Amino acid sequence: MTDPRSRPVLRESSYGPPAVMGRESTNLGDILERVLDRGIVIAGDIKVNLLEIELLTIKLRLVIASVDTAREIGIDWWERDPWLSGKDRELVEENRRLRERLSAVEERLVAWEERTELEPGERAQERGPVERAGERAGERRGDRQAEARDRRLGRPGGTEPGRA
Amino acid sequence: MRDHHPAMSENHPALSQNHPGVGQGVYLYAVTPAGENGTAGASVERAERPPDLRGVMGGVVRPVPRGGLVAHVSDVPLDRFGEEPLRRSLEDLDWVEGVARAHHRVVEALAAAGPTAPVRLVTVYTGEEQVRDLLDLRHDDFTEILSRVAGRREWGVKAYLRRDTPPPSPAPAATAAGGGDSPGMAYLRRKKESLRGREDLWRAAAERAELLHAELGQIAVASRRHRPQDPQLSGRSESMVLNGAYLVDPAREEEFAAVLGGYRDRFLDVELTGPWAPYSFTSIDLGAGRAGGVR
Repeated sequence: MTDPRSRPVLRESSYGPPAVMGRESTNLGDILERVLDRGIVIAGDIKVNLLEIELLTIKLRLVIASVDTAREIGIDWWERDPWLSGKDRELVEENRRLRERLSAVEERLVAWEERTELEPGERAQERGPVERAGERAGERRGDRQAEARDRRLGRPGGTEPGRA
Repeated sequence: MRDHHPAMSENHPALSQNHPGVGQGVYLYAVTPAGENGTAGASVERAERPPDLRGVMGGVVRPVPRGGLVAHVSDVPLDRFGEEPLRRSLEDLDWVEGVARAHHRVVEALAAAGPTAPVRLVTVYTGEEQVRDLLDLRHDDFTEILSRVAGRREWGVKAYLRRDTPPPSPAPAATAAGGGDSPGMAYLRRKKESLRGREDLWRAAAERAELLHAELGQIAVASRRHRPQDPQLSGRSESMVLNGAYLVDPAREEEFAAVLGGYRDRFLDVELTGPWAPYSFTSIDLGAGRAGGVR
């Protein structure tokens, strides 16, 4: 690029994707790295907060591009990463099954808790003084029911439990 | 060069005065020697640069000569390049990309013609007089930097850990033996083994990369090692183990390429970029905290 006339020596080597050959398609990351991080650093009259430039380069490393922009400039690595792209169908399927089973277990647990909480006398003996037993059992039952509701609502996979 | 810009003699008022409307800033791209007629670049043949070179926001790039050096600038509207607008714009990657590509295009065109010292993105002055002050003030620094890169080109070498290499000790037997495990348990174990294999690969690849960098450094006039790029920046999912820049004499480029060939193996994937303007070898802080010109 710098001097097309004497390019051949390295150009003819087979390294690098074709993208590095054309000017406009030169990897944006490579360009940004150079124009932001290197070259002569000198103060202009317009004060650019250098900290902001540093932050920008950090952000670029973490990518601030929208997904579409990212794809356009070739940043779509997550789509090729089997660990992220869901190519492990088996795992996804197993995950789904486990969620269903967990929901079913939770449903049964909640039902069991509700049944047992309705027998405060029996449970109260484990917990302490008889005079406070009814009150505490009532409180706890309310709490647990609320908790169980929260669990069901807060877990998207649990909204369609396998009611086996 | 001045012939292309007869209006830009040293005692001519700043061109920004010729642009009515919003305030204009002067965007600085790079500094070069003045060429055959100048003092600083007397020993270097300097080709003509493209006469109609356009930079950021389509602004015409013009030379600002002073004391054997030439600053290459274009006008930019201050409603986009003032301090407050810049602070916002720098958050916008699309905007940054446009400016970066324009900046890079100008620097490349200048570098194709001769020694060039690029200046960092968005270095903006209030007028040409301030740019001339800068060339006066930093004359010796610029001259030294330019003489260092004259006649040489920068090449980038990135080496990646090869991902398609199978781990040294695949353990399908163990997976089969644990037939009673749930698929999840088996997955976790496979993942653990794969990670261990990756670590070994990483170590081997990193050692190879060290050797590669050392060997390339022997051929290059100067070399720099930059931080490996994040996958999101490199655009490749493989781990980058070397991100090097090398300033190479043209006579040794063939040798340089040959070394690269020897390092493409089962551990490393080697990528060559360039030739670049010597960004990595003009990387110097001339006092960003101090004024380059008159404030």
